Amino acid sequence: MTIDVTKTREAATVPPPGNASPKKRVPQGHRRLLTRRDRLTLGLMAGVPTILHVTLVWVTALASIALAFTTWDGIGFDSIKWVGLDNFKELFTNNPQFWPAVQHNVIWFVVLILIPTPLGLFLAVQLDKNIRFSRVYQTAYFLPVVVSLAVTGFVWQLVYNPDTGLINSIIGANKPGHYIDWIGDPHLNLWAILVAACWRHTGYMMILYLAGLKGVDPSLREASSLDGANEWQTFKNVVFPTLRPTNTVVLVVTIIEALRAFDLVFVFNKGAQGTELLSILVTNNIIGESSRIGYGSAIAVVLLVISLAVIIPYLISTFRKERSA
Amino acid sequence: MHLSSHGQPLPGSSRRAVLRGLGGAALLGAAIPLLSACGGGSGSSSDPKTVSLGSNASDAVPKKAFADVYAAFKKQSGIAVDVNTKDHNTFQEQINTYLQGTPDDVFNWFAGYRMQFFAAKGLASPIDDVWAKIGGNFPDAMKKLSKGADGKYYLVPITTYPWAVFYRKSVFQQHGYEVPATWDQLVVLCKRMKKDGLVPIAFGDKDAWPAMGTFDQINFRLNGYDFHVELMAGRASWTDAKVRDVFDQWAELLPYHQEGSLGRTWQDAAQTLVSKKAGMYLLGTFVAQQFTDKADLDDLDFFAFPEINSEFGQDTVEAPTDGFMVSKNPKNHDGAVKLLEFLGTPEAEQIYLKADPSLVAASSKADTSSYTALQKKAFEMISGAKSLTQFMDRDSRPDFTSTVMQPALQKFVRDPKGIDSLLTSIERQKKTIFASS
Repeated sequence: MTIDVTKTREAATVPPPGNASPKKRVPQGHRRLLTRRDRLTLGLMAGVPTILHVTLVWVTALASIALAFTTWDGIGFDSIKWVGLDNFKELFTNNPQFWPAVQHNVIWFVVLILIPTPLGLFLAVQLDKNIRFSRVYQTAYFLPVVVSLAVTGFVWQLVYNPDTGLINSIIGANKPGHYIDWIGDPHLNLWAILVAACWRHTGYMMILYLAGLKGVDPSLREASSLDGANEWQTFKNVVFPTLRPTNTVVLVVTIIEALRAFDLVFVFNKGAQGTELLSILVTNNIIGESSRIGYGSAIAVVLLVISLAVIIPYLISTFRKERSA
Repeated sequence: MHLSSHGQPLPGSSRRAVLRGLGGAALLGAAIPLLSACGGGSGSSSDPKTVSLGSNASDAVPKKAFADVYAAFKKQSGIAVDVNTKDHNTFQEQINTYLQGTPDDVFNWFAGYRMQFFAAKGLASPIDDVWAKIGGNFPDAMKKLSKGADGKYYLVPITTYPWAVFYRKSVFQQHGYEVPATWDQLVVLCKRMKKDGLVPIAFGDKDAWPAMGTFDQINFRLNGYDFHVELMAGRASWTDAKVRDVFDQWAELLPYHQEGSLGRTWQDAAQTLVSKKAGMYLLGTFVAQQFTDKADLDDLDFFAFPEINSEFGQDTVEAPTDGFMVSKNPKNHDGAVKLLEFLGTPEAEQIYLKADPSLVAASSKADTSSYTALQKKAFEMISGAKSLTQFMDRDSRPDFTSTVMQPALQKFVRDPKGIDSLLTSIERQKKTIFASS
C-alpha cells in the first residue's frame, strides 16, 4: 500500500513529458522519477522555509502575545513575571500617548484613502491614455515610492526645519514673534508629515491603478463609445466597475500602510508630541538598554488585533467570492 | 507588472535561483542569534597577553584617543587590548543582550544609576581590588559615582564634562551684562536680553533629552542633591510639592526660552549662540563642538547655573562621567584588572585628553597644564563640587526616562499649564515601571 502512495505522490510531481531533460539519469531498478538528491532538495525547499516561517513569524508572534501578559526587562528568563492584564490596564487608562497613537493611526488611514488614492487613480487614468512623455511622468510620480522612507523622512525634515528649512525661509516664518514650528507644534506636525506620506502614496496608488487599467478590455471602451458615452460616462459606468479587484487591493494596501506607518515619523521627530503612532510606541518600549518588553508586547498585541480585525473580514469575503465563482 | 511585494510568487524563477535564495534566507536566520552574541568573536581572549574590550567609542576622535591609551598600556604591561568597537547608539541599545551573551572582558559604560542597574543584575564584576590601587587618584564625588548600590566599586571613570550656562563674552561685554549669581538676577537678565532683541535662552528639545538638563539644574538647586537622587531612584514622589515647585520655577523662565523648541535640535539651537542671536544656552561643554571658528570658540564662556535655594547654593554639578566596567565572567580577569588599574591613572587620562580636548579628566591628579581655558574652568567646577549628578537618563531607570519623562517634559515645555495632572500621570506610570523589577 505504501508503494502506491509514493507512486501517486511521485506522479504528481512528474514534469510534463516535453520538459524532461534528455540528459537526466534514469534511476535503475525502481521506477523512481526523482533521484535521492532531488528528494533531498525538495525536502529542503519545503522544510527550510517552513522552519524559518514558523520560527520567525509564528513563534515570535505567539511569544509576544504571551509576553504581553508579563513584565520583563529582557535580562535572564527568570525575571519574567506574570502580571495578567496589568499591561493592558496600564495602557488603556494610564498611558498618555496610547489613545493619541490610535487616533493618529486612524487619521493616517483616512487621509491616505481620501487624498492620494483618488489622486493616484486620476494620474493613472491620464497616463493610461498614452499621452506624450507618459513614461517620464510615470517615473516621476513613482520615484518617491522607490526611495527609502528613511531618506524621504530626512528630506522632508529639511523642508520643514523651522529655522533653516525651505518653507519657513521662503515665507519668513522663522523669526521670533511669527514662528511656524512644523515639526514641534502638535497641531501642525501630523499634517505636515501626512503631506510627505501622501506624496509617496500617490505614486504607489498610481502604479496599482495603472496595472488595473491595462487589464480593462479595450472592446468595452469601444462598445461604450459606440453607444455614445462621453469620457466621464465611460469611466464611471464601464471602466471603474471593472477596477473592482484593484480597488480591494488598494484598500488593503492602504490599511497596511496606515497600520505600519513608522519610518517617516521616526526620522521626522521620533513620534514626539502630536505624531505618536502605535508602531513607535512599540519600538520605544522594546528597544533600549533596559526595555519594557512585556509592556511593549501589549501594545504590539493591540496593533495585531486591529490588523486582524481589518484583514480577516477581507480574506473571508475574498475566499467566499472565489469559491462561489 | 507583478506584485511581488504583496506575496504573489515571482514568475519564472529557476530552481537554482530559488535554492540560492533559500541559502540567503538561512544565512539571515543564522545572523539573528549572531546579533545578540556580537563581540563573542574575540576567541583570542583566553590568551593571558590579551584583554578584549567592547567599545562604544565609534566616533573618529574618541576612537583614536582610546587607541593611543591602549597602545601605551601595551607598552607598559605587554598586554594587548583587543578592541571591539560598535556604533555608539547601537551599543547602548544592545547592552542588555550584549552583557548576557559572551561580552568582552572590559566594556565602556556610564556612571550613575545606569551602571548600578547592570551591577545589581549581576552583569558586571565588582572591582574593589582595582580601587585599592587607584583610589588616591580621584576626588570623593567621583568615588561615590563609581559604586554600585551594594557599596562595591564597579566602574573606573575616565572622562567627564559639566553642564552649565554658556554665553559669549563679547555679547555680555557689548551690552554690559553681568553673570547672574541668583535666580532673580537670572530673570532680570533674561528680561534685559529680550528688550535688547536677543533670544535670552537658546533651546532645542527635538531629541527630547535636553529638557531633562534644565529640570535637573532647577531641581538640585532648589531641592538639593539628595532629593535629586531620591527622585531619580523612584523613591521620592513626583507629586511632592518640591517637584511642583521645580516646574513652577521653570514655568517662570520658559517664556525667555527660544520659541519652537520641540522642532529644533540642540545643534541648531547652539547655532543661535554662535551667531550671537541668543544670549545664553544651558548645555554640556560639548556645545563647544558647534563653535568651529577659533575666534568664536575663544569667545565662549560659561557659568554655573545660578543659586535658587541658599541652603544648597551651587554645591552640585551635573557632570556625566564615562568609564570602564568589567563583565561578569571575564576570560582574562588578571589582565582586565591590570587594564583598569592603568586606565585609572592620571597618565592614561592625559593620553586620552591629548587627542580629545572636548572633555576633562575624571581624576583630580591629571595634569591640566595643556588644558584650554574652557577645559580648566570645567575641571575646576567639577573638582570643587560637593556632589556630582549624572543626568536624568543616567541617574534613573532608562525605561522610565525614555518612555515617560521625555514625552512628559516635552508636553510641559509646549504647554506649561496643567502641571498637576502631568505630575499625577508621571507618578502613576513611575509606580508601575519601578514595581516591575
